[in-house]
Amino acid sequence: MDSFAKRAMNMSTVVAARPLPENRISPVFRFAMLLPGGLVTFFLILFALGLVVFLAFRGNDGSLLGVGLTAENFVTVATDPLYWTVTLRSLVIAGLVTLATVVTAYPVAYYLAFHAGRRRNLLLFLVTLPFWTSYLLRVFAWKIVLAYNGVLNSAFIETGLWKEPTLAFLNTPAAVVVTLAHAYAPFAILPIYVALDTIPKSLLEAASDLGARPFTSFRRVVLPNSMPGVLAAALVVFVPTVGDYVTPAMVGGPASTMIGTLIQSQFGKANDWPFGAALSVCVMLVILCVVLVARGADRRFGSRT
Amino acid sequence: MSARTDINAGGGWLGLYVLAYLVFLYLPVLLIPLFSFNNSIQAAFPLQGFTLEWYRTLYGNPALSGALANSLVIGVISACGATLCGITVSYMDLYGRSPLAATISAIARLPILIPGVIVGISLLILVNLIGLGPSRISIVLGHILVALPTTVVVMRSRFAAIPKTIREAALDLGASDWTTFRRVMLPLSAPAVLSAFMLSFLISFDEFIVVFFLAGTEPTLPLYIWSQLRFPRSLPTVMALGTVILTVSFIIAGTAEILRHRGLGAARRNPA
Repeated sequence: MDSFAKRAMNMSTVVAARPLPENRISPVFRFAMLLPGGLVTFFLILFALGLVVFLAFRGNDGSLLGVGLTAENFVTVATDPLYWTVTLRSLVIAGLVTLATVVTAYPVAYYLAFHAGRRRNLLLFLVTLPFWTSYLLRVFAWKIVLAYNGVLNSAFIETGLWKEPTLAFLNTPAAVVVTLAHAYAPFAILPIYVALDTIPKSLLEAASDLGARPFTSFRRVVLPNSMPGVLAAALVVFVPTVGDYVTPAMVGGPASTMIGTLIQSQFGKANDWPFGAALSVCVMLVILCVVLVARGADRRFGSRT
Repeated sequence: MSARTDINAGGGWLGLYVLAYLVFLYLPVLLIPLFSFNNSIQAAFPLQGFTLEWYRTLYGNPALSGALANSLVIGVISACGATLCGITVSYMDLYGRSPLAATISAIARLPILIPGVIVGISLLILVNLIGLGPSRISIVLGHILVALPTTVVVMRSRFAAIPKTIREAALDLGASDWTTFRRVMLPLSAPAVLSAFMLSFLISFDEFIVVFFLAGTEPTLPLYIWSQLRFPRSLPTVMALGTVILTVSFIIAGTAEILRHRGLGAARRNPA
């Protein structure tokens, strides 16, 4: 650490109480500091998303930004049963994945918050580590597990449980659910753990002193207090899964086409960018609804915040 | 009976569950290294004996080394960009005291709520509009965006852990905003800066969903893997390559996490 920092740290104890009238930020510094983040957020995020919304209301003539001003893309999405089927399937798959990850992650987060003791940091480290490994490789791992001449089939035949390999694993919506639940499992633990960890211990002691059995105390004190974390976990799992196109392509087969697959093909083979943009807008609206529902639920449970 | 023992009841079963969960988390991924040493073109039991043949196929492959070089260059540049943005955005969010800084910080974390496919296509439209087209620069822009929420969260929690009085003391001693930032706040958060850089490098290095839309003629490593998955014959090579990538990811992510925790711990111990 440099000497200036040390001096400032020593001084900090002395000046803590004094108000700082001269503590005003110079315009040049402010501008320089806001510039990189401002460019990225306004140009790459807001402007780019604005382009998607704009393109969704254009007709496809092969040019970059399309022609005219039309709601035809949305009419097609609303009237063609194919898009309803695929959207519904995406919602069901993402919903199941969210449910599975959150329900399986909760006990782990609970253990981390209340039982882990000295092993807590090591366990936290172990559950977050897969988060930083390649998503493509995690999905690929499931492809070799579930394949016809893959790990699961060969292991079952080797142990004599089955005589013939089965095709039933790969290329099913169930394979998509299992693979996505595994790929996004690390996302769910941290938000729930943080919520559980910040519950004041005195609350649990009070419940116990007032005669609550462990299960009652869990159901009426711990669970409601951890709901904000559960909802945050559900959201961070639901959002990436509902728009996923890699897992359906790798392990899902044609019966598991999801809305992300359709968007991707509009910008690839199908080459109808305005229609792909309209599908994207629909997905964002669905996510907005989910976020609003989660917010509402959070407010109902969130007496703590 | 105290509340403590109440809570601890049943901890043993829960411990077993956590163990099973960790096995489920790691087992499928660890199959990749296992079968990368297996002397068979298929990933199936029984194992056919140990071989390094698949690792040998990684050498002298120009398409692979080109993709690796691309991934490294793009990873370093986009990590620099994402870390710079993460530092400035979170610093101004905490100390800038302006609605604009708070808005930028909120929008910077927005990509968490947008599926990757939509981030990809929105940037594809944008880079075509401004004339860049699918290219390495476009990928860098995409990866800065994908890594931004992470760097903002890492830097924000670090800056927030530095006692407020330290910054105020520096300003009181006559340091300008810039000096305070560069010579006090930045050195105090050096471990977090390094951690943010490493994590955003990893995000870029492993990223597939967005890069799929933005890559031109030069693929990155995940795109190279994707292109190889069509050929059953190259399955073992993909597993050998995957093993190398997983090992590097584990090392970088492990170091970054240790740095981040060490940094936060040190901040809490400092007298305020």
